Amino acid sequence: MGNTSSMLTQYDIEEVQQHCNYTFTQQEIVSLYERFCQLDRNSSGFITADEFLSLPEFAVNPLSLRLLRLLDGLNFKEFVAFLSAFSPRATLQHKIEFIFKVYDTDCNGKVSFNDMLDVLRDLTGQFISEHQREQVLAHVLEEAGYKKDSLFVLADFMKILGNSGLKMEVEVPVD
Amino acid sequence: MSTTGKLKSSSSELDFDRPNIEDYLPSGSTIQQEPHGKLCLRDLLNISPTLSEAAGAIVDDSFTRCFKSNPPEPWNWNVYLFPLWCFGVLVRYLILFPARVLVLTIGWMIFLSSFIPVHFLLKGHDKLRRKIERSLVEMMCSFFVASWTGVVKYHGPRPSIRPKQVFVANHTSMIDFIILEQMTAFAVIMQKHPGWVGLLQSTILESVGCIWFNRSEAKDREIVAKKLREHVLGTDNNPLLIFPEGTCVNNHYTVMFKKGSFELGCTVCPVAIKYNKIFVDAFWNSRKQSFSKHLLRLMTSWAVVCDVWYLEPQNQKPGETAIEFAERVRDIISVRAGLKKVPWDGYLKYSHPSPKLKQGKQQNFADSVLRRLEEEK
Repeated sequence: MGNTSSMLTQYDIEEVQQHCNYTFTQQEIVSLYERFCQLDRNSSGFITADEFLSLPEFAVNPLSLRLLRLLDGLNFKEFVAFLSAFSPRATLQHKIEFIFKVYDTDCNGKVSFNDMLDVLRDLTGQFISEHQREQVLAHVLEEAGYKKDSLFVLADFMKILGNSGLKMEVEVPVD
Repeated sequence: MSTTGKLKSSSSELDFDRPNIEDYLPSGSTIQQEPHGKLCLRDLLNISPTLSEAAGAIVDDSFTRCFKSNPPEPWNWNVYLFPLWCFGVLVRYLILFPARVLVLTIGWMIFLSSFIPVHFLLKGHDKLRRKIERSLVEMMCSFFVASWTGVVKYHGPRPSIRPKQVFVANHTSMIDFIILEQMTAFAVIMQKHPGWVGLLQSTILESVGCIWFNRSEAKDREIVAKKLREHVLGTDNNPLLIFPEGTCVNNHYTVMFKKGSFELGCTVCPVAIKYNKIFVDAFWNSRKQSFSKHLLRLMTSWAVVCDVWYLEPQNQKPGETAIEFAERVRDIISVRAGLKKVPWDGYLKYSHPSPKLKQGKQQNFADSVLRRLEEEK
């Protein structure tokens, strides 16, 4: 490996592994550390929004700004915990929890119609009118048996998203 | 070179239509096949494909890979290899390096003592003066190449000086220019650099014909395009060498070629350059080191070994746009030099991607939602 791994001790790796509930192997954690150091250009210990946005593949993602809110000021341990939802070893519950967090902007454990509308707006931009967006969302909510003013909790998300296979995985390149 | 401080949004100047990015990204990362059937709540709430793409980019993205210079592998220092390696260091720094500096100094002395008189004394006889200056620059470049013990293997027919042709090559370091220049005196288009390199640029390179550009100026593109066209039409000008990537890439990938060199209405002669990494990594990571440090590293390595292929000249096919032409030539060069292509603009090192790319994704999603609504009716 390159010389960055010498800055991460075995104890550090185990601590990080424990923090992310063993969803990543030790080798993956070392790779993620190299990546973290590569992204953290000014070696401040965390990756700034600008440093994330300098990745064109990330910057063109419609949910990038939303994710930046969750990525703000994370140190390496928290960074790995953030990415742990994308490990093939992560549980379905963990993945749906992550999705819930992306929707729940004010972190009060409840997702409203407007929260869902906000995410839908990020995903569709100017290519659907605001009115049509509201209509579509209200329509599918009704079809699923919910009301427009229903407040969703994590259990609701589990029910809606939990049935068929949810694929949310990323491969960590290991040298 | 300036480090990436503040990234600014790319101006509309950098917005050009580009080939479909999905063609380039590995198949695993594209969104699954078009969903069909009735639109339900799950479809709208399930943002996992988009999230996976974002996380994938955080973990490993194709753009950063282009500029990654692999740190040299530390040798396995056991009792046999360590003394050998030490001996190698001594040879490189105490024998080779001084010898090379000597060679370079002699080269400079010969060059300057011939160039300066010729430049001033033969002011009236332009044709002869330029011929001599051309040979002198070629000679100086040979001295440079010798100072890194450059072993360059040229393949293909030697470029001929004809009007209405440009040469394009992939870009790894400024030494690309020197390596090509030692065989043929090209005119070049370059970013103006500060320091001693800039001095060289404005004095000696002026004699072979150089065009300056400034990446940070938006209007600069039009001015440069005009200068390019003028140069190419002139019969007496040296053949123009352009690096359409616009930035140094690590010799494993190629980034998108800028279409400017491909809309001049002339023949494009592709040149592929591949460095052999076993001897030294010739990638100039301008963010990490200055050109002087880069040269120093080359001069204290064993050798710079590379292959240069002069490939078959290409013309724009009828009905082919400048961008398609650029991509086709990039393909030819990438295949020859064994480089992988990525769909990114090299200038993304200095600016944010165009909002059109994000909008493209939004449009795709919006269209699929609207289509499924239509199907329901």
